[in-house]
Amino acid sequence: MSKVNDRSRDIGEYMMRPDDDIIICRCEEITKGEIRKAVYEGMFTITEIRRYLRTGMGLCQGLTCGKLVKGIVAKELCVSPSDLEAAMSRAPMRPIEMKVLGNEKRGGE
Amino acid sequence: MKRYDVIVVGAGPAGLSAAIEAAKRGLKVVVFDENSKPGGQLFKQIHKFFGSKEHRAKIRGFKIGEELLKEAEVTGVEVVLNAIVIGLFLDKEVTVNVNDEVVHYKGDAIIVATGASENMVTFDGWTLPGVIGAGAAQTMMNLHSVQPGKRILMLGSGNVGLVVSYQLLQVGCEVVAIVDAAPKIGGYGVHAAKVARCGVPFNLSHTIIKAEGDQYVTGVTIGEVDNKFNIIPGTEKHFDVDTICIAVGLSPMSQLLKMAGCNMEENPKKGGFVPVCNEYGETSIGGIFVSGDVSGIEEASSAMIEGRISGVAAAFRLGFIDKEELKAKAGELEQALLSLRQGMFGPGNKGKDITKTEEDCDVSINLLKKGYMTDEEVVKYPGVKSIKGIHAVIECSQNIPCNPCQDSCPKKCIRIGDKITALPIVDEESKCIGCGMCVASCSGQAIFLVNEDYEEGYTYVTLPYEFLPLPKKGMKGVAFDRSGQEVCDAEVVEIKSLAAFDHTNLLTIKVPKEMGMKARFFK
Repeated sequence: MSKVNDRSRDIGEYMMRPDDDIIICRCEEITKGEIRKAVYEGMFTITEIRRYLRTGMGLCQGLTCGKLVKGIVAKELCVSPSDLEAAMSRAPMRPIEMKVLGNEKRGGE
Repeated sequence: MKRYDVIVVGAGPAGLSAAIEAAKRGLKVVVFDENSKPGGQLFKQIHKFFGSKEHRAKIRGFKIGEELLKEAEVTGVEVVLNAIVIGLFLDKEVTVNVNDEVVHYKGDAIIVATGASENMVTFDGWTLPGVIGAGAAQTMMNLHSVQPGKRILMLGSGNVGLVVSYQLLQVGCEVVAIVDAAPKIGGYGVHAAKVARCGVPFNLSHTIIKAEGDQYVTGVTIGEVDNKFNIIPGTEKHFDVDTICIAVGLSPMSQLLKMAGCNMEENPKKGGFVPVCNEYGETSIGGIFVSGDVSGIEEASSAMIEGRISGVAAAFRLGFIDKEELKAKAGELEQALLSLRQGMFGPGNKGKDITKTEEDCDVSINLLKKGYMTDEEVVKYPGVKSIKGIHAVIECSQNIPCNPCQDSCPKKCIRIGDKITALPIVDEESKCIGCGMCVASCSGQAIFLVNEDYEEGYTYVTLPYEFLPLPKKGMKGVAFDRSGQEVCDAEVVEIKSLAAFDHTNLLTIKVPKEMGMKARFFK
């Protein structure tokens, strides 16, 4: 089993750090401390972090914070950022108004 | 549902090149781009590109963009703007957000050329207004004619950081420092030299500790880092700035490929999360291709070639050309791509510590640490010779794939040879006529004309000059050396701005005789 998915692994306790109040996900205003804490609360994958905190779910869809969140989570788990699987990619890829999303057309009609 | 032979996502250098090659072979091609203007980053690139003639070297980026758009029009490529591709699904169906509708299209082949997004670093105060990406700075300056700020600190010494710093100087901003956590300058030495001689200091092994300010940036504190990138206490330095510009690399925007189900890999050499693809840019899903930065971070010249390769490969995949034609054309393009990837900065040398050039000259340590060569170092390269009368002095000391200077000289004074990364050699026997074509042809602005024998007691130095307003003949000012230090008084004796120079003006200044090999900038 990969280190990332091994939930029985003891990663210790969450300890506050001086830079915990720095904002990482600007769109959803999530701080470094919140992300670090989430790891100790059992969120080991990027998908879990996203669902738990909404990092990367705002206007820019993680284009700015994606790499940063990965780096923070990897550090807490003592793994390389490349060991963490990227978050799911789903349509719509870019923010879209509901009235547009509900206005589907087959091209050429 | 409307169908096309090829749907290209992204109208940047790679996407347009791919579309052109496919359309040339009779395919029906559409390009969707989310921006209101086509060209991707090309229209922000006001500097001359490196490479060889075939790679459109010494042409400015936005001109290349104009040429590509014209070529796309001639070949019948349909370019749809303000069209955001929001999904890529099974059987190559895409959904596009355009005109307030979500429209479904189907392509027999899809070429994804979505480019890259900028990386960010966090520090105390990084969300304050005034902290911007280098791309934003370029957009403000080169598309909207807006100065991003007055006093600016640049984080990142790669080519983007260096090129954007120079552009900031060109629009009249003051660049107080270029900062990089790495111990060496990441970009081309010639780009670093351009900003160093304008007086911009480099702070390597430094990083930003804090952006200061309550409502917006009013200053910045940087500090030195040790080899584990931890800040060394007591090394803090403060600068009054209103803008902090971040140029710390790019990440491929590959989310559409992951959505489509392509095999993906985390590849640090390619700058992040990229689809696995073959030599034609075809992913694990047959008929879905990638080219340009989305398949691995490089630069615009290689993106254009990669685009052309996948355009040709898509034509083969759909049966518009046979295998022989694919092999011939792709082979030729791959050769060109290979030549662009050679030299000290090629992908194969990433992270390596190179101490000697291909010619066995020592690599200038000062150029890597401070951004300029010392008087002692500069004379060690084959482009720098002491010759009677007017002659070119080529301060080119790193093996990069670039050779326009060789062809620019009508008297054949400059020799590079077949190996495009070789350092230019100034031929002592050939007769320089002082036309200045080489000075204007050098994308790195590393060529100067020096004449120590025109007037007793003086040396005439001709510099490439890309600042406005242009100094006038007879104007008196100060000459600066490679490090940006004032060295002597100087007088402008000539200013030449020919169409063939393409906005690189040739400024000839008169300095005391012994300053000929020192004076490299004028204010």
